[in-house]
Amino acid sequence: MNPFAYERASNAAGAVAAVAGHPGAAFLGGGTNLVDHMRLGVASPDLLVDITKLPFDRVEELPSGGVRIGAGVRNSDLAADQLIRSRYPMLSQALLSGASGQLRNLATTGGNLLQRTRCVYFQDVTTPCNKREPGTGCSAIGGYTRYHAILGASEHCVAVHPSDMAVAMVALDATVVVLGRLGERRVKLVEFHRLPGDDPWQDTVLGHGELIVAVELPALPFATRSAYRKVRDRASFAFALVSVAAALDVEGGTVRDARVALGGVAHKPWRATQAEAALRGAPATAESFRRAADAELAAARPLDGNAYKIPMVRNTMVAVLRDLSAEATP
Amino acid sequence: MIVGQPVDRRDGRMKVTGRARYAAEFPLQGLAHAVLVQSTIAAGTILSFDTADAKGQPGVLAIITPDDAPRLQTKKASQQMVTAPLLQDKDIIYNGQHVAVVVADTLDRALEAAARVRVQYRQGEAVTIMDQALGQAAVPKHFRNGARPPDSQRGDPDAAFATAPVKIDVTYTTPVEHHNPMEPHATIAMWQGDRLTVWTATQGISGAQTTLATLFGVEPQNVRVVSPYVGGGFGCKGNTWPPATLAAMAARVVGRPVKLVLTRAQMYTSNGYRPRTIQKLKLGADQTGKLLAMRHDGFSQMSQPVLGEFVEPVALATEMLYACPNVAVSHRIVPVNQGLPTYMRAPGEASGVFALESAMDELAIALKMDPIALRLANYAEIDPHENKPFSSKKLRECYAQGAAKFEWSRRTPGPRSMRDGRWLVGLGMATATYPNNRRAASARVRLGTDGVAIVQSGTQDIGTGTYTVMAQVAADELHLPLSHVRFELGDTRYPKAPVSGGSSTVPSVSPAVQAACAALRARLFDMAIADPRTGWSGASHSDLRFENGVVIGPDRRITVPQLLAHQNLAFVEAEAESKPGDEKNEHSLHAFGAQFAEVRVDLETGEIRLTRCVGAFDAGRVLNAKTARSQLIGGITYGIGMALFEKTEVDAETGRIVNANIAEYLVPVNADIPPIETILVANDDRIGNPVGVKGMGELPMVGAAAAVANAVWHATGVRVRDLPIRIEDVLA
Repeated sequence: MNPFAYERASNAAGAVAAVAGHPGAAFLGGGTNLVDHMRLGVASPDLLVDITKLPFDRVEELPSGGVRIGAGVRNSDLAADQLIRSRYPMLSQALLSGASGQLRNLATTGGNLLQRTRCVYFQDVTTPCNKREPGTGCSAIGGYTRYHAILGASEHCVAVHPSDMAVAMVALDATVVVLGRLGERRVKLVEFHRLPGDDPWQDTVLGHGELIVAVELPALPFATRSAYRKVRDRASFAFALVSVAAALDVEGGTVRDARVALGGVAHKPWRATQAEAALRGAPATAESFRRAADAELAAARPLDGNAYKIPMVRNTMVAVLRDLSAEATP
Repeated sequence: MIVGQPVDRRDGRMKVTGRARYAAEFPLQGLAHAVLVQSTIAAGTILSFDTADAKGQPGVLAIITPDDAPRLQTKKASQQMVTAPLLQDKDIIYNGQHVAVVVADTLDRALEAAARVRVQYRQGEAVTIMDQALGQAAVPKHFRNGARPPDSQRGDPDAAFATAPVKIDVTYTTPVEHHNPMEPHATIAMWQGDRLTVWTATQGISGAQTTLATLFGVEPQNVRVVSPYVGGGFGCKGNTWPPATLAAMAARVVGRPVKLVLTRAQMYTSNGYRPRTIQKLKLGADQTGKLLAMRHDGFSQMSQPVLGEFVEPVALATEMLYACPNVAVSHRIVPVNQGLPTYMRAPGEASGVFALESAMDELAIALKMDPIALRLANYAEIDPHENKPFSSKKLRECYAQGAAKFEWSRRTPGPRSMRDGRWLVGLGMATATYPNNRRAASARVRLGTDGVAIVQSGTQDIGTGTYTVMAQVAADELHLPLSHVRFELGDTRYPKAPVSGGSSTVPSVSPAVQAACAALRARLFDMAIADPRTGWSGASHSDLRFENGVVIGPDRRITVPQLLAHQNLAFVEAEAESKPGDEKNEHSLHAFGAQFAEVRVDLETGEIRLTRCVGAFDAGRVLNAKTARSQLIGGITYGIGMALFEKTEVDAETGRIVNANIAEYLVPVNADIPPIETILVANDDRIGNPVGVKGMGELPMVGAAAAVANAVWHATGVRVRDLPIRIEDVLA
């Protein structure tokens, strides 16, 4: 581990200034991902600016009926929050399906969005990886790809984003509130994470020194009927092979509106816009759900080790939508 | 009787309160810290080291490379000793091989310096995946340490198979797996002149003593090995692996005690693994299910021969488990550029019986026969391979009691025939067997004026309950309350005992403890008879009893303190050795079991979840109902890992293990383990050893994976012949 300096920020502007003015600096939240990476040699910041004492630890109701989540809210607290549990059950379920109790007690909302891929090559500094060391190549392509992307990958990177929370938030059309040296800006979460393209080292659209201060969820009344389903080898403490977050608005047997997002399939939490479009106005039947899944998966390009993800996504999406529509039928 | 009681583990409180001191936890003055540097290529030669940057880091005491490493006496080493890689040459055999040791005054400084060591290589050709090298399959040179050939045949299996009316001809594969004990490999080494003391996490203190003495060219009595607690071994602490030797080497180089603890990632490249196997199974039977022919050809992954030889003996159980007149087995090894494989809980049996008992399930399906009925139709009344009676075999009782507890009768035979909502339900079973191994062992017992018996043996407690059960055996033999018996282990200053491997600790050490206690009692009787104040002159031992610290004879009694005082002694002591005799020549010695699993498979996602396990075992006499049950549920849990989760993934290009951590290498978590019910069928096998016990550490692992695989078939109709069974195997 590289030697590094540590300072604790007392206000947000100071934190931003400290990191923005120092190319090797990084924000420290729960540290559940960054500290691992420092031990592995994947990250070697020479200055850590601790932001856990900043006043971003609240979940507040917005006048619009939405919710504003401070970036420092711990995953455990967010999952247990009454507003979240009652209005956005899929988000609470997603959080609780992630990591372990101990990790969720430390991990923050902002940090969860910024966690980096679990690609085994990214985590092993002895192997080439375009995300870790630009231009060195991608070891995963032709290698061990059971967990890798089927959607939106490039010839430079096939990694997937590991977050559960972010998948539910993308389905809920969240907005990320970011503080930079020039003030605040707001970014749609669906545009916050990037596809790998030619520059897979850029996970997000954040610039160096920009700090996530909050995530806002707009009002979505039909999200009270929503679910997050994570498919994994073992029953707990494992990353998703695939996951589905969905909310369904059914009236008289017809889908009025739907929100669907996928995890474990792409470099970013994947908003399934094709599936949503296919669902809107369709009868709430297994056949429609299957057609919606197929519409989304038309673009899927499996690798040697992950073709199973296509039927797994299809089956899981159909099952989640069917269960939600069954709830809708009295 | 204290033996048999569910006595709490005597080390339990020490462990859960953090007071049990493990190998890395002995505080020593001037302790330095060693960190390993590892290769990043799979084959080739080291051209040079650039250590200038590393040497300039603060606190660095030494950087040991093959250029300057002290020479070890590897030529005198026996075949079983691990003698490489120990920085004695510059050849690279596998990715992750140790190439240098960095020693510094703190761990952090050693880590930082180690990260700055640069190595130049000339890369060679590597074979990283066994399946690419099957053409290089070789006959093992030291199978079972030369005790038997790697192949065997009885009758004419090929001819019998050719004409058999019902045939199964299939190939099973099992992956590389790593042991992943909670405690990593850890050693503290300290030299005082030519005397070496090591505190190390080992399953065999005597083996560590011999190995280190040989390699460093000192007398074995000058090497003391201390290992009072071991945080799990499962086979990876059976040999004395390079990290222990390198810690001692580093301590000699820097002239200070040195601690070397492996990282979790280094546990994947430093102390062996269960090798990948490819197993070809042929079963031929008549229409009634009677086996006519069996052939089991096993191939297991090996390293390059320079590192030694290890064979996963997959087909040994096939020789003896069923009464079949025509049986052939073979074992071959396939060299690749990976480290040396080693024993991992039930080596050979776990992987081999997975294949055999899956194939038996396939045969039952082909015959439309109940799987248990098929096994009973081929029940071996005597060992058909050695043509000897079993010392005892209660496998019929295991089938019957296990099936009753599991309610096997509710199983409907067809695949996908049982459901619970969105879940497909499957019920499967398999047989387990494991040899009842015993080796020579010694123990010493000392009884002092305080009435406490201190029993010592140089054995190990690798988390199994040795401390507890040996105290129980001694308490019964000496007719003392358990509170008056202390058992000490894990120090080469105690009488010698074998490695804790092959489930042999209890069958080997408990007879020695019993014999030492009997010898102590005899000595007390001699003293009492010779003591003029007892008036027992001319009496024989059979006239006397020893109970609660008192010798009771005709008309009077005398306490131990009195006896000792009369002769002006502080204590009385006896030592005894107990070793196998002729029993193995006349009998076949095995433990047995019947294992049952109920799985649920999600119709849509393919997720596989266990909902119930039952295991009924013939493990001889039970010393402690609680520690025995812990061994059984632990073994079944380990078997569930093998069935559904565990696989070491190797990158074919680089030969590098890519999931060398317990986030990416999946072992079961609590949520994966269903209620496990265990049955120990009544038995007491005094032929196998004088205590009547059978080892049970590995037995419950043996049938677990096949029971799960057979249940998965029953749930889904999909036969998975490649472990671990994964969602994608059963996804519709």
